Order: sequence, then C-alpha cells, then structure tokens
Amino acid sequence: MAGQTLYDKLWSQHLVKERDDGTALIYIDRHLLHEVTSPQAFEGLRLARRKPWRLDANLATPDHNVPTTLKERAAGNAGILDQVSLIQVQTLDDNCEAYGIEEFRINDARQGIVHVVGPEQGATLPGMTVVCGDSHTATHGAFAALAHGIGTSEVEHVLATQCLLAQKMKNLRVRVEGKLGTGITAKDIVLAVIGRIGTAGGTGYAIEFAGSAIRELSMEGRMTICNMAIEAGARVGLVGVDDTTIDYLRERPYAPTAAQWDAAVAAWRDLVSDDDARFDKEVVIDAAEIAPQVTWGTSPEMVAPVFGEVPDPAGIADDSVKGGVIRALEYMGLAPRQKITDIRLDKVFIGSCTNSRIEDLREAAKVAKGNKVAKSIQLAMVVPGSGLVKRQAEAEGLDRIFLEAGFEWREPGCSMCLAMNADKLGAGEHCASTSNRNFEGRQGYGGRTHLVSPAMAAAAAIAGHFVDIRGFSQQPQQPQQPQEA
Amino acid sequence: MQSLTQHQGLVAPLDRANVDTDLIIPKQFLKSIKRTGFGPNLFDVLRYLDEGYPGQDVSQRPLNPDFVLNQSRYQGTSILLTRRNFGCGSSREHAPWALEDFGFRVVIAPSFADIFYNNAFKNGILLVPLDEDTVERLFQEVEASEGYRLDVDLEAQTVTTPSGEVLSFDVDGFRKHCLLNGLDDIGLTLQDEEAIREFEQKHRQAHPWLFRDNQREAS
Repeated sequence: MAGQTLYDKLWSQHLVKERDDGTALIYIDRHLLHEVTSPQAFEGLRLARRKPWRLDANLATPDHNVPTTLKERAAGNAGILDQVSLIQVQTLDDNCEAYGIEEFRINDARQGIVHVVGPEQGATLPGMTVVCGDSHTATHGAFAALAHGIGTSEVEHVLATQCLLAQKMKNLRVRVEGKLGTGITAKDIVLAVIGRIGTAGGTGYAIEFAGSAIRELSMEGRMTICNMAIEAGARVGLVGVDDTTIDYLRERPYAPTAAQWDAAVAAWRDLVSDDDARFDKEVVIDAAEIAPQVTWGTSPEMVAPVFGEVPDPAGIADDSVKGGVIRALEYMGLAPRQKITDIRLDKVFIGSCTNSRIEDLREAAKVAKGNKVAKSIQLAMVVPGSGLVKRQAEAEGLDRIFLEAGFEWREPGCSMCLAMNADKLGAGEHCASTSNRNFEGRQGYGGRTHLVSPAMAAAAAIAGHFVDIRGFSQQPQQPQQPQEA
Repeated sequence: MQSLTQHQGLVAPLDRANVDTDLIIPKQFLKSIKRTGFGPNLFDVLRYLDEGYPGQDVSQRPLNPDFVLNQSRYQGTSILLTRRNFGCGSSREHAPWALEDFGFRVVIAPSFADIFYNNAFKNGILLVPLDEDTVERLFQEVEASEGYRLDVDLEAQTVTTPSGEVLSFDVDGFRKHCLLNGLDDIGLTLQDEEAIREFEQKHRQAHPWLFRDNQREAS
C-alpha cells in the first residue's frame, strides 16, 4: 500500500464519520473567530436555542474593523468612529461574553490579526484541524495543521457540533528546490507559484509546500506561503513538521508543557508525508530562478518579475484571458509593455495576515534604515500583526527606524489589506502592498494594488517606484533626487 | 434554507472570468450583523457609477447603464450565466447572501471557487457547472434572444434550453439531497451526536494536548 500524504493523515485522524455519498464529518480542534463573519452565526445559535459544543476550542479577537491610529485605539471600542464597525466589534464582545468564549479584546496586548494571533499563542498546533470564517485560515497549515476558511453557516455549524461536513480534497505537492537568491523571500515564492499555476490551479486540492527552499524558511515565511494557498484556489496549504516547527512552538502560552509537550512532540514528528506517498499532481519550481515579484493586475496570478513588463494583450490568443488583461490594464491605469519599475506609487502598506510578523518587519526595517520615504509617496504605513509583534518590534527599535524614515507606525489589525476600517486607498492611487489580494477595489474604491514582499515594499517607498531589491543598497541612499523627471 | 427542486428563470450573462467575492459584495457592506438586505449592493462597483456605503438609499445612486443587470431585458433575472472560477477570494457568505437577496437561485459557470461553492449551497443557491464550450454557446444564445429562459431540474440534474436541448450537470449527492429538501445541516449533524461524542473521547485520550482543560489539569 502506498504511503500517506500529510493531508491524508490529518484527514483520517479527524474523521468522525463517512457517508456513502462521499461527504464526511470531521472533528474541529480549533475555531478562531473575528467580528465580521461571526455575528450571524451566533444569531443562528440563539434562534435555534443551541449552545457551543466545546468552549475551549474557540478563541476570538476583533481585527478587520479596528482602527490603527494610537489616538483612536487609546479609547478602546469607543474610539471606533464608524458606528457600523463599532456595532460589529461590540457584537463580538457581547457574544463571547454571553457564551463564555475567550476573546482578546481591542486593547489586549494579545489582540491582532487572527492568523497572527493563533500561531503566536501556540493556539495553532501541529495535527490540529483549524477553521475560521476567513479564507486566509490556510496560514495555519504552516504548522502541519489541517486549516481552512469557512463561511458563516459553517461557523455556526462548528460552534454547535464541533464538526464540519467536508469532502476529501485531492493532493497537490509544490516542491521548491534549491537555494533562493539574495533578497528573495517567501512572498516571492508564493507569488511565483500563483503565477505558474493560476488562481484556480489549486481548486479542489490541498497544497503541500515541500522541497529544500521551504525547509530553509522560518515559520513566518512558511505562514506567508500557506496564507496565499487560497490565492491559488486551494483552501488548504501545508508544510510538514520539522525542528523549525517545534522550536517555534516551545513555551508558547497555549502549547502543551512538561510531559504533555514530550508526548506531543513525539506525535508531531509523524506529521510529514510518507516517502512513498502519492500526490495527484506535482509542480516543481527552481528556487534559484525566482526573482522579486510584483503584481500588475487585478488577480494575484497577474504577476511579473520586477525587471519585467506589463503584458501586451495583443499577443494573447485566448479571448477570455485577453479580455481579462485588457480590463485589468484599464483598471490599473497601465499601458501594455510598461516596465514594472516605471510604475509610480502613491501609498505603501506593510502589514496583513500575509506579512505583518516580526520577521517581515525586520526585513522592511533593514531596507528603511537610514533612508527616507520619497516625497511623492503620500502615505507609507507599517501595521504590526498583533500587539505582541508590535511590542517585540519596539523592543528591537524597529519603530524608530520606520518613524525616522517617514513611515507611520500603527496599532495592530487588518487595516488596509481590505480597508474595512479608515485605512484605504483613494481612487486611482497605486499602492505597494504586502497583503494578499489585488482585486478591484480591495484596498479602497478605485484603488490600485501591487502585491510585493515587505523588503520590496520598503524599497518602493524610498524610491517612489518599484526597484529590484537585489540592486538596492542596504546602505542609506543618496539624498532624495527629484524623481519627477 | 429554501428548497429548490425545479427552477425556470430568465438568464443574465456576466461575461467575466474570476469574478471574486470583493466584486460580488464589497467589504464596506460586510459590517452588517444581519443575513439579509445585501441584494441592493450585489456587484456594487459594476452596478453603480459612484462609491457605495452601507445604509444608503440606492434609488438615488447613478446606475451604470452598461452593466448587464441594469438593462431592461434582464429585469427579473434569477439565473446568472458567467465564466470560470466564479466566487474566488474570500470566505464571506455575504456573497451568496447578496446573490440570493437579489433574486438569483441558480448560477451557471465552467467552474466555481471551493469556499463559495459550499456557501452557495447552504443558502439555497444551485451552482451548475457546465463545460467551457457549452457555456460559450449559452452566452451566444442569451445575447441573441431577448427573454431567454432556462429550465433547471435538480432532481434530474438537467438544464433545458428554449430549443429543447437537454444539458446534464454534476452535483454531489449530499448537497443535492439538502437542497431538494431545504434541510438544515446542523440538525442533520446532530443526529450523529453520539458518534461525535465517541470520537471526541478517543481523540482526547490520544491527543490530550489538543484540549486545554486537560492541560490545566496536567499543569
């Protein structure tokens, strides 16, 4: 018998019941909640007079709607000026209190983006099933946890039954082999993967990311990659357990201790695909060939290396692809064959569940250090993923580096990734963003998003346009040259 | 959940691939704590010429005359015909809520994003996958004849065109059963309450660290 993939193992360890029609009931170990996708689920529970099945499996924090300026945050919920947002955050507080669910409220130091908070607390552990009413739940797969986003009906289902109705996915392995070039990060890897397989390339699959370049990554890097599995259409992204995983989790607040830690580690060691496991599909990418990536369009698959150019629709044969490219160029205000490095930027956003962890901020700070944000940039903001990331960054002096360079240093939350709070792009503005989606209007009505790594975003802030991080000196740049030439 | 067995309706064509959930319902409308009322903001950016915000009187907003749902021939539509990878992006169930609230019961496309697929069926919307060539042909037929309607039969898993052509489609057995009968998933799952408790007990013994109350006892 062929061996099992990591996904197969996680699936069978959580299988409560399989129906003849192929649907299965799987048990959920961890359920993360935030304010946007949970109110209707709690309302459903109340109407049906049901109670949560198991309280200690749930953990909540507000993230999408919270303001990120210190002034507003100092006032707690009362500082949320948007009354509709305020009601949503307040509703989460009320529901968690009514049902006895643990919540890190707006000004708790542990509050933050739910996908930063879970791993940081050790609330995400290898071998778990982790769900949340948010598609970027794929992030937690970096810990060899079976993690994926669910809709609000499913949030209610998990609260009420601790289970989910699911169908087994197929297995796709993406192997990234070899050594990454200097300055190339996890974000570039995942954008390159999406560029290769497309935004629907992973539909119906769980993607396991493997290969020597993935092994070399920190947990932060692996989270960045799994986070964007959904941008390739896959609900699930996975990385097998190794020492990096285990070292990250040691002594996290929710992680097991003492004898239970040893037993857990012994069990976690098996959470890798067997050598003879069979995958339905495999994609191999040479790490050395990955250049810094920049998206130019309105779908994450519309991506190019920084030294490349925007495509020319005239050269595209498939009519529907061609139509998509024409529409994207029009929306983005770009000309065919325009060089990526010629795209002028208005704003820069460093943050989101993709790239707001301490390592991301360190990489951006390295580039920002001693430099100044270009005058043509109206706003460059750094939004840490959680209160604890913020605290750590401040202990390392990263906040000073950003502030001295002219970046704003904000309070934790989802912020301009999806602009549900006050942080947004104006119509027509171009933004270098470390987030995950460049959909039309995602960062604000008419806003134009370019997805990049934190180092690339920081370099773009300084130059005023995209630059190849590999040629960008880590030394302070010359005093600002007028870029308007 | 509303059941659906057979549905006959006017077809509206949305000629665009990779329609994402931000396009179906933009984020500013996700702040509602209700399940209803999203219909007026379905495809908000495409439908109106100005920027929308929650709580607005949409009757005062300028409509985009080029957008298909604003054209008189498609008023009263309940079947959306569109291109591949419909519903990609976020897990927001507000997307099917908006489609349903607007009046759509069926969406036909070559493929759908995974999370959206789940969410739609849980809200009484039938997703019909048909191959690219067939979808292309339907686009041509819809555009060629005003008042173009399709007959969808979930029991038989068929779509019948005005010319009498019968197209078959796939749907998984469980979702079909739930949609035909308008069944509530939670009620069905709780019929297996004993199996869940039994599994949970064994799971707790094998992986005690996954249960925080165990850890408190252990430490």
